[in-house]
This record gives sequence, C-alpha cells and structure tokens, in this order.
Amino acid sequence: MTSQEDLPRLDVVDVSVAYPNGHLALHDASFQLRGGTICALVGVNGSGKSTLFKSIMGFVTPRAGSVKINGLPIRAVLKQHLVAYVPQAEEVDWQFPVSVWDVTMMGRYGAMNFLRIPRAGDKAKVEESLRRVAMWEFKDRQIGELSGGQKKRVFLARALAQGGRVILLDEPFTGVDVNTEEAIIQLLRELRAAGCIILVSTHNLGSVPEFCDQAVLINRTVLAYGATSEVFTEQNLAATFGGVLRQFQFEQSTIQEHDGRTIRVLSDDERPLVFGKDGHLEYKDRKEHAALLKERSEEHD
Amino acid sequence: MIEILLTPFHYDYMLRAIWVSALIGGTCGFLSSFVTLKGWSLMGDALSHAVVPGVAVAYILGLPFALGAFVAGLLAAGTMAFIKARSRIREDATIGIVFTAYFALGLLLISLFPARVDLKVILLGNILGISDPDIEQVIAISAVTLLVLGLKWKDLMLFCFDANQARTLGLRPALLHITLLALLAATAVAALQAVGACLVVAMLVTPGATAYLLTDRFGRMLWLSSGMGVATSLVGAYASYYFNGATGGCIVTLQTLVFLAAFIFAPKHGLFASKRRARTTETAPAP
Repeated sequence: MTSQEDLPRLDVVDVSVAYPNGHLALHDASFQLRGGTICALVGVNGSGKSTLFKSIMGFVTPRAGSVKINGLPIRAVLKQHLVAYVPQAEEVDWQFPVSVWDVTMMGRYGAMNFLRIPRAGDKAKVEESLRRVAMWEFKDRQIGELSGGQKKRVFLARALAQGGRVILLDEPFTGVDVNTEEAIIQLLRELRAAGCIILVSTHNLGSVPEFCDQAVLINRTVLAYGATSEVFTEQNLAATFGGVLRQFQFEQSTIQEHDGRTIRVLSDDERPLVFGKDGHLEYKDRKEHAALLKERSEEHD
Repeated sequence: MIEILLTPFHYDYMLRAIWVSALIGGTCGFLSSFVTLKGWSLMGDALSHAVVPGVAVAYILGLPFALGAFVAGLLAAGTMAFIKARSRIREDATIGIVFTAYFALGLLLISLFPARVDLKVILLGNILGISDPDIEQVIAISAVTLLVLGLKWKDLMLFCFDANQARTLGLRPALLHITLLALLAATAVAALQAVGACLVVAMLVTPGATAYLLTDRFGRMLWLSSGMGVATSLVGAYASYYFNGATGGCIVTLQTLVFLAAFIFAPKHGLFASKRRARTTETAPAP
C-alpha cells in the first residue's frame, strides 16, 4: 500500500471562470479530493463540467480562485506529468496516421529527452500499459481501425504509460460495449488502489453509484460533493439537472405480489438510477454492493 | 537521343535551377505532412499570396526579399488570428478577406513601381533566372526549416494530433503553433521562387496528401512526402527545359500525376482498394 505522503491531493478553491465574452461559465466552485478515489463529475451539458476539467488541466486560467495539486499550481504540476487526460472520442482525429503503439508512446514524451527518442524504459512502460488494457496484440493497428471500446483502451494505456497520478476521463463510456465498460471500471479500481485520483466526467447517472465512491455535482458551481451515497439524493440531483431528468414512479400496484415483487426496467444505453421509497439508492444487486462497500472501506484503510 | 536528353546539364543555370528546386521541393514536402494533417491547406494558400506585398516592399527598398515576405506572412497570420478572435466571422471567410487584401496591396505596389519588381516573376516564379543572393536566402530558409522539423517533428506531430495532450505533458502548444506557422510562411517564401505565388500551395499540400494515401505511419509519411517533393521538383525543373521554362507548371503537373496515381492505385486507401474491399464484404458477409 502507498504511504500517506505519496497520495496526491487536488484542491479546487473558489474557482470562477469567465469566457472572453464575459459569460461566467463557473463561479466559486470548490472541492477537495485525496488520492485513492474514483470521483464522478456529474452535470448537464453547459453546466461547466468541461470548463472545470480545463481548469484542472491548466487550459484556462480562472478569473478568481485556484486549482492546486499537491499544493502546487497547475503549471508546475504539468511539468511533472502528474495529470493525465483521456479525451472524449469525438475530440480525436481517428484518421491520423498513428498506430496504437505511437499513441501510447505519446504518454512518455514528457519524460523523454529533447529529441523524444524512446529509451528501453519507455518502451517497457508502453508495453506494460498496452498489456494491461489487453491491447498489446493490436499495437501496430492504425487507431481508426479499432472498435469504440478498443479506442478508449488505447487512450487509457496512454494515461498509464504517462504514469499520471491525477487521471481525468471525459465521458469514458459513450460508444463502449458493456464488457469493455466492466474492464475499464476494473482498471480504474486498480488505479484507485494504487492511490490515484480518478475524476470521471459523465452524464450516465445509473453507473455512478456502481463504481464511483465520491461524486461532485455541478451546475455552474459545485452544488454538493462527497461520498456518492450521501451526495446522490433526489433533492441534490433535482438541483443539478433542473428538471431535465425524467421520472417514473412505481406505485404499489406496479409491484405486485404475484409477479414475485420484481419489476424490470429497460433503458436505451444508459443505466437508470433507482431510489428506494425513503430516498436511499437502490443497486443492481444489493448483496454484491454490500460486499463492494466492505471491500472499498478495506481499500481505504 | 541521349545527346538531347543531356543538353539541360550543359547549362549552369539549368543545373542550378534543378538542385535549388529539389531543395525547395524537399523542404515543402517535409512540411506538407504537417500542413495537410493540421488542416492548414487553405492557410498555406493564404500565406503564399499574403507574402506578395512583403516581396514588393523588399525589392523596392533593396532589402532581402525573404525578410519582407516573411514579415508580411506573419502579419497576415496575425491579422487573421485577430479578426477571428474579435468577431463572429468564420475562419474561412476571415482567411478569404485577409489574404486577398494583402495580395491586392501587393499588386498595387508592384504596379506603382514596375521597374523594380516584375509581377510575372512573383506570380509564376523564375527559378531559371534566380540570382545568387536569392539562392542564399532559399538555402538559409530550407536549412532552418529542415533543422527545426528534423529535431522537433515528434512534438509537432503531437501538437497536430492532440494539442491537449501536448499541454498536459508540459509542452507549449502556443509555441508549437507559432513555430509551425512561421515555418509555413518561410517555406511559402522559398517556394515562391520555384513555382510562383499561384502554385505555392500545391508544393505545400500535394506531397503530404499523396503520402497520406500511401501510409498509416507518420514517420513514413514524412519520408514519402519529402521524397516526392524532391523527386518531382528535380524532374520538373529538368523537364521545364523542353517546355519553354515553365518550371512551376512542370513541377506541379508532375505532383498532380503522382497524386492521381496514389489516389487510384494506393494499396490500402486507393480507389481500387476500396472497391475491392466493398466487393469482398458483399460476397462474403462478415460472420
């Protein structure tokens, strides 16, 4: 287990960001994260999710407030290659003439010399990263010739090769099949166990309680943050989504005794979020979840 | 027969034209890989026209033409960036407005001082009559461009592919952006000598586009595009001896022919290859 000093720390303090036209994208956003967490960043489009991401990566300079990692300003942190970023699929030019190996190697550029000539250590790290996401056998493929899930795994491998301690993922599960989603989540859990801070921007509400131990709810500012089970309340989510969410209330009559008290909910693509009667989160499998919670609390010790 | 084929090599001016063209072609070809992948083709066209007033002013004042052209090119790029940032006008319209404005200014200057500058030379190039100082400038531009690209091509590739990743690694995308733009302006100036303002964009785009059809690896693409730039410029300049000295026309026609060949016959991304693929998937549907 990593010692307490090695764990990264992310402090977002009263951050306000304005666009050049004066429009305020984010105001007084604050939250803190310590290493060893998978944290969801949840909000609608235009809520400032990507702006917050950009401030953490140092692409935009806040008008007020500060973002610090390990107590250092972002500019200094980037020099240490501590922040890794897994982009949204739409942001990538998939026709670019680079192979899986090339893209993963790009994660090592920061650690390389002036000419970016890979040393044996860099190559070993790239191989290890590709094997870890099960993409080694595709290393010579051009990136456009991969499936949605494979594409995502290549960019995860790049983040692994970089050795980032704060890893940002933008909508990692769009266009990804269920098996890959499970594989990615498993990998993120391993990274959490290794002490990384993993920040996942997503609008896929239902999957958040399944794999994120913390969540930040955002709508132009941080509405709430903390343990998912505490933050994910109907009240908070209503404030975050402002009536965008559809609701379907199950009545007593829906859950009939003669159906064995089970109902089935179908949803296209995204997992639904289900609340119990008193507003507690319902999980796909309660027993499995209890085990998960126990395992996680052990991880944290 | 052989005698006729060897005649161009008996003339000093032809030999000079051939190797200077090859140098320019190679430099432009190298850069063209970045230009096509970054989507800066229109930008290359714009810069090659926008340098004209700079060339005119330089000749009028007796300064090195490359200096004037380079400054004008960067000013034009700056003007475009300024208008794009400060207005709602789209980028293509901005480029259209700015480069024609610079080009028109250049035409005016040239018509005001017809004795100092020859419009035809600027528009169509004059590699056969290139002067020694002009050759020195071309060599200097090519040397700097090849050196910078040769040393930092990986950083520039990352910038073209994923500027965000470049930034998170602590590289400076703004600096890389300006570097690439400056190299583009500089090589546009050099190519002006070989093929003239009207055809510069071909030198900066066609080799890269052709190489892109032939390979899926960036490193290989660089070799292919530079090689094609060198070969077509060499042969084109040589052939222009038999075509009344239309060097630009010869070089660019050759490049177009090579591009067409790649477009049709490229092993993976060519027309035939896609047809073949479509047929095989039709007859044998995926399991």
